[in-house]
Amino acid sequence: MEKDWPLYEVFVRGKRGLNHVHVGSLRAADDTMALRNARDLYTRRNEGVSIWVVKAQDITASSPDEKDPFFAPSGDKVYRHPTFYDIPENVPHM
Amino acid sequence: MTQEHFDRTIDRDQRIEPRDWMPDAYRTTMVRQIAQHAHSEIIGMQPEGEWITRAPSLRRKAILLAKVQDEAGHGLYLYSAAETLGADRTGLTEKLISGRQKYSSIFNYPTLSFADVGVIGWLVDGAAICNQVPLCRSSYGPYARAMIRICKEESFHQRQGYELLMALMRGTDAQREMVQDSVNRWWWPSLMMFGPPDADSTHTAQSMAWKIKRHTNDELRQRFVDMTVPQAEALGVTLPDPDLRWNADRGHHDFGEIDWSELKRVISGDGPCNAERIDVRRTAHEDGAWVREAAAAHAAKQTAAPSSKQIAERAERRP
Amino acid sequence: MAFDNALGAIAEDNDETRWAFGTGFHDPLAGIDTSVPDGIDRHALSAYCLMLGDDALIMSHRLQEWCTHAPELEEEVALANIALDLLGQARLLLSRAGTAEDAGRAEDDLAYFRNAPEFRNIVLAELPNGDFAHSTVRLLMFATWRLALLDRLTTSRDPVLAAIAAKSVKEVAYHRDHAALWTIRLGDGTDLSHARTQRALDALWPHTGELFTAHKIERDLAAMGVAVDPSDVREEFDTVLDEVLTKATLRRPAPAPPANSAGRDGKHSTPLSDLLAELQSVARAHPGATW
Repeated sequence: MEKDWPLYEVFVRGKRGLNHVHVGSLRAADDTMALRNARDLYTRRNEGVSIWVVKAQDITASSPDEKDPFFAPSGDKVYRHPTFYDIPENVPHM
Repeated sequence: MTQEHFDRTIDRDQRIEPRDWMPDAYRTTMVRQIAQHAHSEIIGMQPEGEWITRAPSLRRKAILLAKVQDEAGHGLYLYSAAETLGADRTGLTEKLISGRQKYSSIFNYPTLSFADVGVIGWLVDGAAICNQVPLCRSSYGPYARAMIRICKEESFHQRQGYELLMALMRGTDAQREMVQDSVNRWWWPSLMMFGPPDADSTHTAQSMAWKIKRHTNDELRQRFVDMTVPQAEALGVTLPDPDLRWNADRGHHDFGEIDWSELKRVISGDGPCNAERIDVRRTAHEDGAWVREAAAAHAAKQTAAPSSKQIAERAERRP
Repeated sequence: MAFDNALGAIAEDNDETRWAFGTGFHDPLAGIDTSVPDGIDRHALSAYCLMLGDDALIMSHRLQEWCTHAPELEEEVALANIALDLLGQARLLLSRAGTAEDAGRAEDDLAYFRNAPEFRNIVLAELPNGDFAHSTVRLLMFATWRLALLDRLTTSRDPVLAAIAAKSVKEVAYHRDHAALWTIRLGDGTDLSHARTQRALDALWPHTGELFTAHKIERDLAAMGVAVDPSDVREEFDTVLDEVLTKATLRRPAPAPPANSAGRDGKHSTPLSDLLAELQSVARAHPGATW
C-alpha cells in the first residue's frame, strides 16, 4: 500500500536583508528531499539565498475566527496598527 | 466569519485565504479550476516533451528542456494551491487518470514537426497568457500568487516560441513550409482554448461574481486575435481564416465561425491523442509507486533513528 | 512585484540571462580567449574535450528520456535540472573541442554530424534506461567518477578547460549527492526497492572497468598537466561508492577488471546508434539549415 509523502511548506529568502517569505508547498519523503526539491522548484532561476522547509502538519496557525481577541490592537497605540502606515494597496505581503 | 465576511472580502477586491470561511460551491469551483489548470500543465509537457531528444540544435534543446521543466514546476505550484483547499495531489492525480477531471483539450492534438514547438510557444502559450494574466487577480489568494509566478515564466515561453519561428522563417523553404503547416493546424484549436462562446458558457456569471474570472471567454478570445494578427504579419505567415479582417467600426478584427462540434468532440475524449496522454501519465504514476513507497519507508526508518549498528545488521541479513 | 498588475510584474526582470541555465546564448564560449597555449597539441586537446563532452551529451540524453515518466513530479524537475546541467557542459566542451581543433566545426556540427564510431563517450553513459533504480545507480557511478575528474581538471594547463571544469564541479557535486541520497532511499527502502537497486548495481558494475582505463590521449595530456589520467581517480570513486552502498545496505560486487578501452576508441553498443538516430534526425533532415 502506497504511503503518501508529507506536505512541506517552503519559505525563501529572496535576497540578503529580506525576510523568508512563504512561496508554496511541495511533497517530499524526508526533510533533505524537501529542501532539495524546494531548491529545484522554487529557485530554478537562482532566486533566493536561503530556503526553509517545514512539514505543514507542524505549523500552528491562528484561525480567522479568533481574530477579535487575538489580533485586537491596543487602541492607544495606533502606530502598532498596520493601517497607520499609508502603504499603497498593491504592495504585497503587507 | 461566514457568508457576510466572505461577500465583503470579495466586494472590497480583497483575497480569500485558505483558512477563511467560504461557500462550499466556491471551494468546489476553485478546486476544479485549479486542478484542471494543474493537470493541463502536466499533460501539456507531453506534446513538446516528445521533441526534446530530437531538437535540431543544442541551444534549442536546452531551451525546450527548460521550458518543459517549467511546466512541471507550474503544475506543482498549482497542485500546491489546490492543497490549500484540502484537495491532496494523489487524489487529484487519480481523478485525472480516471478521466473524472479534465485538462485543456489543446494538448490532445499531436505535434508533427519541430515547428510545432515554436507555434505552441507563440499561439498556445500566447492564448494561455491572455487567459492567465487576469487570473493573477483571482479572488483566491494562493491561486493568484501561483499565477503571478507562472505568468512571469510563460512570457519567456512565448518569446522563445516566436524567436524560433523567426529563425525558421529566415531559413530554408522547407522550414518556412513547416511553420505555415503548423500554424494551419494550431490556429483554430488555439481560439478554442478560450472556451465556448459566452452565450453557451455555463460557469461564467457565477465565476465573474466571485472574481475568480475577470473577463468573458469572447472578450479574451477577441483580445488574443487582435494581438496575434500583427505578429503573424511580422512573421510572414498566413492565419488560416478567409474571414479574418480588421473592422474599423468595432476597432477589432472580425474572424470566422469556430467549429464548436470539434471542440466538444475533443473535450469529450475523442481527440487524436486523449488516450495516449492519459496513458503516459498513468504509467508514470503507477511505475513510480514503488519508488515513492521506498522513499517513504526509508524516511520512516530514519524517524525511528536506527543506530549504525542496526544498519549494519540489516545489511547482513540481506543475502 | 506589483501584486495587482500582472503585466507589470511580467515586464520586470525580463533578463534573458536569468532564463534557466544560460539558454539565451548562441555561442557557449563567446567572449573567451580560445587560443591553445604553447606546447599543447591542439588535436589531442580537441579529442580530449570531445571525450568529456560526449560523456555529458549522451548522459544528458538518457536523463531527458525520463521527461514525463519520472516517479514523482518533484523528481521530474530534479532530473531535468541535471540533464540541463550536463547539456550545458556538453555545449561548452564540444565548443572547446571545435575551437582547439580550429577546423571550423561548432558544437552542433560535432553533436549532429558525427556517426557512432566517432563518438568518444564511455559505454556506461549510453546504456538504455532501465527502471528508476538503474538510472539512479548509473548516475551515482557517472557523477562520482566525473566529479573526481573535473575536480582535478580545475588546474588544467588549458585555461578554457580549467574554467569549464570549475563551473561544472559545483553542478556535478549536486548530481552525485542527488544520486547518492536516492540510492540510499531505494537500497534501504522496501524489500522490492532493495532488490531492484541491488540488481541494477550488479548489472552496471562491470561497466566501471572502463572508467579507469586511460586512453593514450588521456595519458599523454595528463603527463603535460592538461588532462587527468582516469586511473588516478579509482580510489576516490571506491571510497565514495563504499560509503553510499553501506548506508544503502547494498552489497558491492567484486571489482570489475580493467576494460580494454571501448567508448574512448569509438567502440559502442547498438543502443548508441539508436540514440543518435533520434538525436540527429531533425538536424540531418535539413542539412545546412539554422535553427
